[in-house]
Amino acid sequence: MKKIFGYPNSLTVNPTHYCPGCTHGTIHRLVAESLDELGLRERAVGIAPVGCSVLAYNYFNCDMFEASHGRAPAVATGAKRCRPDLIVFTYQGDGDLASIGMAEIVHAANRGEKITVIFVNNAIYGMTGGQMAPTTMPGQVTTTCPAGRNPSHEGYPIRVVELLSTLRTPAFIARAAAHTPLHVIEAKRVIREAFRLQAEDVCFSMVEVLSTCPTNWGLTPSEANKWLQENMVPYYPLGVLKRPDVDETPIPEVAASLKGA
Amino acid sequence: MAKVLMKGCEAIGEAAVRAGCRNFFGYPITPQTEVPEYLAKRLPEVGGLFVQAESEVAAINMLYGAAGVGKRVLTSSSSPGISLMAEGVSYIATCHLPVVLVNIVRAGPGLGGILPAQSDYLQATKGHGHGDYKLVVLAPSSVQEAVDLMYEAFDLADHYLTPVMVMGDGMIGQMMEPVEIPPMRDLDDLPAKPWAITGAKGRKPNIVNSLYLSEVACNANNWKMKEKYDEIVKREKRSETYGCDGEKLDVLIVAYGTMARICNTAMAEVVASDKQKRIGLFRPITLWPYPYEALAKEAEKAKQILVVEMSTGQMVEDVQLAVLGSRPIDFYGLTGGLVPSPDDVADKLRKILT
Repeated sequence: MKKIFGYPNSLTVNPTHYCPGCTHGTIHRLVAESLDELGLRERAVGIAPVGCSVLAYNYFNCDMFEASHGRAPAVATGAKRCRPDLIVFTYQGDGDLASIGMAEIVHAANRGEKITVIFVNNAIYGMTGGQMAPTTMPGQVTTTCPAGRNPSHEGYPIRVVELLSTLRTPAFIARAAAHTPLHVIEAKRVIREAFRLQAEDVCFSMVEVLSTCPTNWGLTPSEANKWLQENMVPYYPLGVLKRPDVDETPIPEVAASLKGA
Repeated sequence: MAKVLMKGCEAIGEAAVRAGCRNFFGYPITPQTEVPEYLAKRLPEVGGLFVQAESEVAAINMLYGAAGVGKRVLTSSSSPGISLMAEGVSYIATCHLPVVLVNIVRAGPGLGGILPAQSDYLQATKGHGHGDYKLVVLAPSSVQEAVDLMYEAFDLADHYLTPVMVMGDGMIGQMMEPVEIPPMRDLDDLPAKPWAITGAKGRKPNIVNSLYLSEVACNANNWKMKEKYDEIVKREKRSETYGCDGEKLDVLIVAYGTMARICNTAMAEVVASDKQKRIGLFRPITLWPYPYEALAKEAEKAKQILVVEMSTGQMVEDVQLAVLGSRPIDFYGLTGGLVPSPDDVADKLRKILT
């Protein structure tokens, strides 16, 4: 009998700690399939964050770091700059990347580190039990905004990939989602593209993946998928926001007299 | 080899290059900025890597990544920056990664000032960041010694797989002195690092991690670290004495770094004016592990002890631990960037001796 479906080689065969209905498992698989298909597993280095995916090193069948909260892009910078032949990716949630780690992601993107960032946005802190994230939707109830996020008090959710797309440094930046099979197929396409660009030493690449958190949203998995579609997709539009090959106005270097003072 | 005149910070940078370090990540802060400035020019000349991080927090995490992939790596900072690095150093120590840190100490606490101080002693020697870890702390008292300790720091870090700090007061970083620069290490001779993150080709994945959700595993790693620290305590304590050759001392001074040199001058000044006085100086070179036994041995000769620091007396408790109440301990110190002069210390000595 021919095996037509199984674990990607880049995933370990381990029981998952993720909650039922959570899309982390799906996104792990998309990363692993991309590494397999591009033949990158033996050069791959993953960097796990602090948050629900803190244990990602148990699931990816490649060399792994576990970083401190928010600092994965800095760890990735150290690893990739010292070993440019490695394929370095971070896997971070929205608390990790968009709150405590905002400085590191902005500067890694701006330096054009040739790493791949997988940014899983489920609009809440999962691991600590459902607190408000910078990506929490207006009106969304969490344990630290029990009356719902109030934009006049907490501001509006941060659209991280839009923010990063304003940087002049060439990059591949996209947003996808993982709540329907069709969206998963598209997410796979952009994740694979992100890794391909790193493998070809082109640019910084990042994919935000809108994700569900049925447990902390207090919804069933199918309700959560619906909630993501109705509430998150309109605010966080899907698609490729920035490509490295788009011609931008050249920025002239400063006058030589200021260079070698 | 002929001596060259170099500023401390630049000599420290060159010593790192000579020691086989090709990777630097750091952030500007006075009075150590000449280390990154020097290496920004120097490292590309030897095919090395210099990255200016966006913060000390990022810099130390870049070190985590660089050490994790098996490279010799350095950062340099000054007191407030070293505080910001504490979390990252805790991760690095827990993951058994070798890195070298330079702290050119400035006056604190808070933003303090940019002038020399020794007020990071307790931070460096009693833990720094969270958890059961230790830093090996080397305290040079001259630019030459800073060079020699830098050269050795990378070997210590690689041997024990642990972070090593070279801690100099601002004077060590800013002063120019003639130094002999050691030869270039052959990069092919550096220790193999089979645990490093190099891509899981033909082997199981390597994982660099400090998370232990199992309390049993966390406990086991903490005791594995403790065993290593016990070994360092056994093997790596270093100190020097000056004027301690006789059998009796009226006063034994304990000081480290630049302060020890100033005390040496003060001691000579007092003895020159009163030949009857016998004064010795004990200088710890490793602040952790602290040379308790060597100090206890010298203290036995002395009627009393004087600790001199550019702090409010952070090393005093280690001296107390060394002598265990057997001798009176006096203290003299200035802070905030004020550096006790030889005359200041001599006055204090004369007061004690009368």
